[in-house]
Amino acid sequence: MLDVVINIVYFMLSLALLFAFIRLTLGPSLPDRVVALELIASVVVGYVGVHAIDTGVSSLLDVAIVIALTAFLAAIGFARFVERGGLKNE
Amino acid sequence: MSEIFVSILLLAGASFMILAAVGILRLPDLPTRMHASTKAGAMGAMLIMGAVALHFSDSAVSARAIAFIVFILMTAPIAAHVIGRAGYFTGIELWEGTVKDELRERYDPDTHKLNSGLEASPESMIPPKAPDRSDQ
Repeated sequence: MLDVVINIVYFMLSLALLFAFIRLTLGPSLPDRVVALELIASVVVGYVGVHAIDTGVSSLLDVAIVIALTAFLAAIGFARFVERGGLKNE
Repeated sequence: MSEIFVSILLLAGASFMILAAVGILRLPDLPTRMHASTKAGAMGAMLIMGAVALHFSDSAVSARAIAFIVFILMTAPIAAHVIGRAGYFTGIELWEGTVKDELRERYDPDTHKLNSGLEASPESMIPPKAPDRSDQ
């Protein structure tokens, strides 16, 4: 039963990744793209968690932690860039 | 038995993720998109990590998963706040149906200052200084 659920969850996460990627390409402004990137990182963390359950390798949790940390630092850096040096819309 | 709980947690987490993705795709402007993505995305990741903690049922793995949940709980609001603040400061366009923008009349994008809106009212305890705009 868990195998079926894991396959369904993989499919749902792939769909979420696709939607977030569409927003990343469309996104009219840079903050929109940063938000989409953050959601993509969060979905990838979900992927890694599901893969850890699927394969039974618990060390993959460390990978998830590192991805989340990197995504947080990237968001902070992008925000500083947008605020200080980015292109203004007006 | 624990397989059922793991399945429920996984499906709930993936549902939150896909809800966040649909929200980020369909909603009209930056604050509403962030409203969808940051909360639901963080909730989805937390639920999936809860499933991992339950599935392995090993104290070391569970401690790491719970530490991860606490980490997401702390960093997701900070990142959302910082991005939203930067987006507002760069003058993103709000949706035309926006009902309330309390910063619009209080925040001055040129001087980067935020007024409380009570400067000129008689209720303010401190006598208000005249806004000195002559040297700007």
